[in-house]
Amino acid sequence: MTALYKKIIAKLAKTLCLRAAKHCCKRSRLFLSLPLLMLCLSPVHANELTINIAYVMQSSSKPSPSLALFKTPENNGVAGAELGIVDSNTTGKFLNQHYALQVIDGADSDELIEALNSWLATNPGPVILDVSDKVMSAILALPEASNRLFINATNKSDRWRVTQCQAGLVHTAPSYAMLGDALGQFLMARRWREWFIVEGSSEADKAMANAYVRSSKRFGTEITGRRTWTFDTDLRRTSQQEVPALTQGEDYDVVLVADADNLFGFYLPYNTYLPRPVAGTHGMKAASWHRSIEQWGALQLQNRFFDTNGRPMNEDDYNAWLAVRAVSEAVTRTKSANSATLYQYLMSDKFDLAAFKGRKLTFRNWNGQLRQPIPLVQPESLVSQSPQQGFLHPNTDLDTLGYDKPEVRCSMAQE
Amino acid sequence: MKSWILPAMMMAASPAMADIAYVSNEKDDTLTLIDTDALEVLQTIDVGMRPRGIIFSHDYKYLYICASDSDAVQVLDVATNKIIHNLPSGEDPEQFALHPNNHHLYIANEDDAVVTVVDTEKRDVVAQIDVGVEPEGMAASPDGKWVINTSETTNMLHWIDASTQELVDNTLVDQRPRHVEFTKDGKTVWSSSEIGGTVSIVDVASKAITHTINFKIPGVHRDKIQPVGVKLTNNGKYAFVALGPANHVAVVDAKTYEVLDYLLVGRRVWMLEFANDQKLLLTTNGVSGDVSVIDTDDLKVIKTLKVGRYPWGVAVKP
Repeated sequence: MTALYKKIIAKLAKTLCLRAAKHCCKRSRLFLSLPLLMLCLSPVHANELTINIAYVMQSSSKPSPSLALFKTPENNGVAGAELGIVDSNTTGKFLNQHYALQVIDGADSDELIEALNSWLATNPGPVILDVSDKVMSAILALPEASNRLFINATNKSDRWRVTQCQAGLVHTAPSYAMLGDALGQFLMARRWREWFIVEGSSEADKAMANAYVRSSKRFGTEITGRRTWTFDTDLRRTSQQEVPALTQGEDYDVVLVADADNLFGFYLPYNTYLPRPVAGTHGMKAASWHRSIEQWGALQLQNRFFDTNGRPMNEDDYNAWLAVRAVSEAVTRTKSANSATLYQYLMSDKFDLAAFKGRKLTFRNWNGQLRQPIPLVQPESLVSQSPQQGFLHPNTDLDTLGYDKPEVRCSMAQE
Repeated sequence: MKSWILPAMMMAASPAMADIAYVSNEKDDTLTLIDTDALEVLQTIDVGMRPRGIIFSHDYKYLYICASDSDAVQVLDVATNKIIHNLPSGEDPEQFALHPNNHHLYIANEDDAVVTVVDTEKRDVVAQIDVGVEPEGMAASPDGKWVINTSETTNMLHWIDASTQELVDNTLVDQRPRHVEFTKDGKTVWSSSEIGGTVSIVDVASKAITHTINFKIPGVHRDKIQPVGVKLTNNGKYAFVALGPANHVAVVDAKTYEVLDYLLVGRRVWMLEFANDQKLLLTTNGVSGDVSVIDTDDLKVIKTLKVGRYPWGVAVKP
C-alpha cells in the first residue's frame, strides 16, 4: 500500500519536474535547467531524506567491578544515541527527514569490523564509534571508510586529536587532555598547586595520569608523588589500612586518581594519609556529563533520558546523543545526507549546537574535536564548570582545554 | 479642611494610578508584587511549584501562572490575590499565550513536545498539538489568526492556525529559540535564539526570515550573549532584547534593526515587561534575584529591586 503511494508521489513529482524543466528551457538557457533535471532524476524525492546511522559498539573486555550497581549498563552510550534519534525524528517529521540507528555490536574485534564493513557497503550514512584505539585504527583503514563521516563518541585518546586526526573523523567525547585541563584549571582557581597522583595500570589509566602531568606542566604546579595501584590486596576489607600507606609522602593539596575502569578509585576519598580532597576519575571528576546537571534546560534532557531508560544519563550516553544531534543539525541545515557535505558543514563556522551546557558547541576544524565546557562533578552534584574564569585564549576560552592548534601535529592543522 | 484633601488626593492619584507588576520567583514558589510608581515591593504571594510564565487575562481579572513542577496552570483572582482554581495544563507548562478571544490559552508543555489549548472558561482541553522537542516560547498574533510556538531543541517556529488548532507551517531559526513577539500590526515576528545568539525577524505573510540581528558587547564573549525576552514599544520605535548571562538588555531600533545601546542590568536577565504606559521596562534577573527598572525615554537603568530567588516571568496590571 505504502509502496504504491510512494510510486504515485514519485510519478507526480516527475511530471512536475518535467514541466518545470520545459518551462526553464523556454525562459532561460539550457545550463540553468540542467541541475534541476539532475535533481528530478535522482531516485529519492528531493525533500525526503532518510539517514541511517550506524553505532559501532565494542563490548568491553575490561574487568568488571564487583558491585552490580557499578557495572556498565548494557545499553551504555547507545541509549543516548537512541534518544538522539527520537529527538531528531521529532524535528525531522516537520522536514520530511527520517533517522534510524543500526547498532553493530560485538566483543570480537574482527567480527565487529567485518559487520561494519558489510554495513558500509550498502549504507552511505554516518558512523558513530564506541570502540578502542585498535579497532578505530582498523575501521578507519577500511577502503569503504574514505569519504565517510565518523563520529567518535567515547574514545578519549589524545592521539586521535594530536597526531592521527583526519578528515571525516570528529569527536564528541572530550580527550584526556581536555579533562585534565578542566580539572587543572579548577585546582589552580582553588590554589591547590601540589598534586599527588595515584594511577591504575591499564592503558587508559596511564593516559589519564599523563594528562594530569601535562596539565601540571601547563599550569606550573608540582607533582609531589606518583603511585601505581597494584591490586595486591582485596581492599573491600582493608582500604582503611592500605590507602593511607599508599598516599603517605610529601605534603600535597589534592590526590588525583586515574582509574578509568572504576576498580579502586572509590576507596580513596576519606582514606588518604593527609586529610585532602580526592579528584580525577573519582571524588571530584571532570566529565562531559553527569546526572546532577540540571542548569541550562538540562532538566528536560535528563528527564527524557531517565523516563526512557530508567537510569541516569552518563557521559557516554551524552556524547552519543551529541553525535546524533550534530548529524541531524547538519542534515537539517544542509538538507543533505551526503557524508562529505555533512562533514564540511560540521567543520564550518556556520555549525553550532545547543547542548545544555550554557553555550553553543562547535568543532575545532583543525582536529575535529568538539569544543565544550567540561563540568566538574562530585557524586551528588555539580561543583563547577571549566574553563575557569581568567583562563584566556585569543580565539575562544574553550580552546584552553586540551591540545591547542599550534600543538597539533597532524596534516589537518597544517593547512 | 480635611474635606477636600481626600477628593484632591484621589484626583491626583487616578490619572497616574500605579501599575502593579507581578514577578514569578522560580525557586521560591512565590510571586512578588511591585508598585511601579513608588518602585517598591508590595507583597509576596505563595503559589504552586516552580512558577515561570505568567500572564493576565485581557480584562486583568485573572493572572495565569505556569506552575511547572505542579504540572498545572493556576488561576489567581487578582482582586483577592488568591488562587481560585487550576486549569488542566498538560505536563510541565513553561510558557503560554492567551488568544485575543480571552479564553483560549496556548500552553507549551516542555517535557511532552506538545502545545495544549485550554479553554479558560470551560476549564477543559480544546486541543493538543504535536510540535518539536522542548516547546518553549508562545505568542498569538494580534488578529488572532496565528499562534506561534518555538521549540528549543528542534529550533523551529511552529505556526498554529488558531481557527483549526492545526500546525500548518514551520520556520527553521537559530539554535534554541526562546521567545516570540508579534509587532503591533501583526505583520512581523521577532524571535530570539538563545544559543544561536541572534534575533530573527520573520515576515508573517511568507513565514520566512527577512533579517537577523547579531549582538556584540565589548568585554563579553559572544557565546555568553544569549537573547531571551523581547519587548517592542507600541510606537514602533524600540525593541528591547534581554541577553541572559551577558547581563545586558539590548536596545534595538525597531525600524532599521540597528542595535543602539546595551544597558547593564542584573545577572542572567530573562524576561521583560513594560509598565506605566511603556515609560518603564522591568527585567527579571534570575541569578542576582532582582528586577531592574529601565526608563525607556532616557534608556537608563533607574532602579534595582530585590525580589525572590530566580525571578523568571513578569506581568504588569495597569
